[in-house]
Amino acid sequence: MITNVIDRRRRAQRLLLLLVVTLPLAMLLALGTGAVHIAPADTLAVLLGGDRGQATLIVQQIRLPRVLLAGIIGATLAMSGAAMQGLFRNPLADPSLIGVTAGASLGASVLIVAGGSSLSGLAGLSLVSLGAFAGGVLAVLLVYRLASSENGTSVATMLLAGIAITALAGAAGSLLEFFTDNERLRQISLWKMGGLDGANLPRLLLASVVAGAVLLALPRYALPLNTLLLGESEARHLGIPVNRTKLALIGWVAVGVGTSVALVGTIAFVGLVVPHIVRLLIGPDHRTLLPASALAGAILLVCADALSRIVLAPTELPVGIITALIGVPFFISLLRQRHQYGMQT
Amino acid sequence: MTLLQLQSVDAAPWGDPVLTDISLGLAPGEVMGLIGTNGAGKSSLLRLLAGDFAATSGSVLFAGRALESWPRQQLAQQRAFLPQLSLLNFPYTVEEVVLLGRTPHSTGLRADQDIVRQVLRATDTLSLRNRLYTQLSGGERQRVQLARVLAQLWHPDDMRGTLLLLDEPTAALDLAHQQQLAATIAGIAARGCAVILVVHDVNLAASVSHRLLVLDRGQAVASGSPDTVLTPALFRELFHAEVLVQPHPNGRQPLVIGL
Repeated sequence: MITNVIDRRRRAQRLLLLLVVTLPLAMLLALGTGAVHIAPADTLAVLLGGDRGQATLIVQQIRLPRVLLAGIIGATLAMSGAAMQGLFRNPLADPSLIGVTAGASLGASVLIVAGGSSLSGLAGLSLVSLGAFAGGVLAVLLVYRLASSENGTSVATMLLAGIAITALAGAAGSLLEFFTDNERLRQISLWKMGGLDGANLPRLLLASVVAGAVLLALPRYALPLNTLLLGESEARHLGIPVNRTKLALIGWVAVGVGTSVALVGTIAFVGLVVPHIVRLLIGPDHRTLLPASALAGAILLVCADALSRIVLAPTELPVGIITALIGVPFFISLLRQRHQYGMQT
Repeated sequence: MTLLQLQSVDAAPWGDPVLTDISLGLAPGEVMGLIGTNGAGKSSLLRLLAGDFAATSGSVLFAGRALESWPRQQLAQQRAFLPQLSLLNFPYTVEEVVLLGRTPHSTGLRADQDIVRQVLRATDTLSLRNRLYTQLSGGERQRVQLARVLAQLWHPDDMRGTLLLLDEPTAALDLAHQQQLAATIAGIAARGCAVILVVHDVNLAASVSHRLLVLDRGQAVASGSPDTVLTPALFRELFHAEVLVQPHPNGRQPLVIGL
């Protein structure tokens, strides 16, 4: 495969433009999709302030917060995944590698078992969400501590510590599930599958602020990430403050993914597959990879959520099932062609 | 004026000493070859100079200033290191990899691409420019990584004040590219770049180096011009190898022949 630097950058810009145009269209279609179908023209009219009776209520009260939340969460997961793949120098890395997902699941399970799902939390957020966020961030702190010594933080150790903490959190979670009653077991299981049905204004606001900060912060590390692909020492020799960069990346990803898991549960494969596909299309330059992954992740989750509302309407499927069902076959087909794209793993 | 000055340097990055009482000075434009058995401390010395770990005692001065007190980015503009192994397994194009060498500079894409073209030509990788790094052979990758560190320091006329550290840059190269590397090193040294390199081929080391430093178990055991350092006695004591040392037909260096 022959690729000119300038051509590659032009292709990246074209993809970015295409994604920027596609995202609002996907959102418009998603707003009209569900148990009650609303034509795009009517949706648009409602968004522009017109009154379409029942449609106005559905779009404004129910679907708009949900579609926006899906976009924000999808963007955060995909951009976090791209950053983790760069940091771990592994195109198959995933935000869950640093323990955040397992920690959040355990945090949520603890609070569900303790009866937290019946208690109301702060500002429209359930206690379970807060528990999940705390669990996710605590797990990452633990992983980071385990991998850090006076010589700095070893990315390889962090990977192994992440596996260990994930296993530990999984075991603790299983123990809780083993001793709890059937009702709570089902709540835990539903929570883990993930879903955007709990979207409301407070959640949307929280997601916008936190994930917005993450989405603005991560691209500032695009150049350091580019050099980190060469190796940590090589990045240091190129003048990059490597330890500070690692800490910042881990911190932002923990906050972003922790928030996402707390608000919508675990959503598989967006953080793994989206950056992977975008990299195959435009190459590993993080200056374009990070924003393009965010946009593509937003589009994927908006569409997957819309699908989850119609495949078995009026029953809603957990969105995590849809993303995995779309993601896994796609991913396997990519793995089978990996040499064609210059991938070595 | 010396560019690099080491005074009684000890280093023990993992507890046991890897370098003991190393002192050396290097002038701008000087090429120093490091030789010694496997595990003698050659790579450790390069990594110390690359800042991967600090000296436990002694001082390392670069351009008159303690190495660890240099601002990160300014140091990266003047010192580059080519490690033995590259970990890169992402599908950058060759040109993108070499452009990464320009990270510490803010010369702009156009000027950077111009420099990249020059270093690609110097390493015979210009024809690989648009290929994916992950699809190259071992020797081609080594030349691309060499081009990357050259790009980090490159200036067409004046490279005084720069230091290039090369750890076995010829390990995967064929004979023609080894000779090309020797010519490239001579070229940048003539422009003032100081070079320290580890090479196992003593004849190659003798042909590119103004001075050789022989390391054994972390200590400097001999230092000087190739014809004073490369003696049959050195090879007997250090490598337990019998060699014949003759004048090279080119008349400029000794020629070591294994017996």
